[in-house]
Amino acid sequence: MRHMRYLVPLGILLVLLYFLRAGLSLNPREVPSPLIGKPAPAFSLARLDQPAVRIAKEDLRGKVWILNVWASWCVACRQEHPLLVAYSKQAQVPIYGLNYKDEPAAGLKWLADFGNPYTASLADRDGRVGIDFGVYGVPETFVIDGKGVIRYKHIGPLTPEVLRDTIDPLLKQLHG
Amino acid sequence: MADTRFAGSGWRALVLSALLACAVGAVLANEAAPASADPVLEARVMKLSSELRCLVCQNQTIADSHADLAVDLRRQVREMLQAGQSEQQVIDFMTARYGDFVLYRPPFKPLTALLWVGPVLMVVVGLGTLFVVLRRRSRLTDAAFEVDGADDAPNDPHLS
Repeated sequence: MRHMRYLVPLGILLVLLYFLRAGLSLNPREVPSPLIGKPAPAFSLARLDQPAVRIAKEDLRGKVWILNVWASWCVACRQEHPLLVAYSKQAQVPIYGLNYKDEPAAGLKWLADFGNPYTASLADRDGRVGIDFGVYGVPETFVIDGKGVIRYKHIGPLTPEVLRDTIDPLLKQLHG
Repeated sequence: MADTRFAGSGWRALVLSALLACAVGAVLANEAAPASADPVLEARVMKLSSELRCLVCQNQTIADSHADLAVDLRRQVREMLQAGQSEQQVIDFMTARYGDFVLYRPPFKPLTALLWVGPVLMVVVGLGTLFVVLRRRSRLTDAAFEVDGADDAPNDPHLS
């Protein structure tokens, strides 16, 4: 009974340590998006390479597609880019780019320099479509299903693990 | 000697360039903040913005932050208020896109209950424990306590 005096503070300490440990393993930069499971916001944007051509959300209805938010000023986009270029060669779905708050000329040069994995890039010069998609850190990647619903969002550079373990199985499920 | 003088001037240059950078930053920041002509509207924008978290620099509100996204979100707030939308509509717009996390005062929901009640709960438990311990002690006889500094008691004028 006398040992209880020591066991209680020890127990409290262990609980606190558990929460501290859990807190350390969370990434505060990753804000869960409320948009997952909801229809993607409507948009109609000019193509980066052909400003006269606009692409709207309705144009992509009926197919599963990936939206990758990028910019030529974005350092982490450079980091994920080779992976995306490689992935685009074997992807079963179109990858659309959202060129976020970028100079069109700088964006086009970036694609010419480092490769273009995108079916098309949409120019979101003032970042309004980005806000509608809840973008707060580029790069971000969305998977959108045939009904136009956002099924997945990845924040930060893609990794081979994310593509293999999360995005590919999701695409398979959406197609199957 | 020459070495220290060199180091000193390098240090001075560093401080000077840092000050210069701050000054330039301040000037740019002033230019970058687009304010509408209407001071009443601007006050509402700033008030509402100070309730919203900047997602890039998470410990700042979008009213404080000079991050690009914060500037864009302030513009969004301004335009919505200008269009006659209510403050609640602006808040709903932001939470629909960025979740409750964007609110500096999170709403009271089952998920956030511990966040709101937790501190009060801890104070109540702490005070309760203190109360019980003190009551138990006040019932003990003097014999249950050791005399403070029992070893040197003979030297203590108050005890002798």
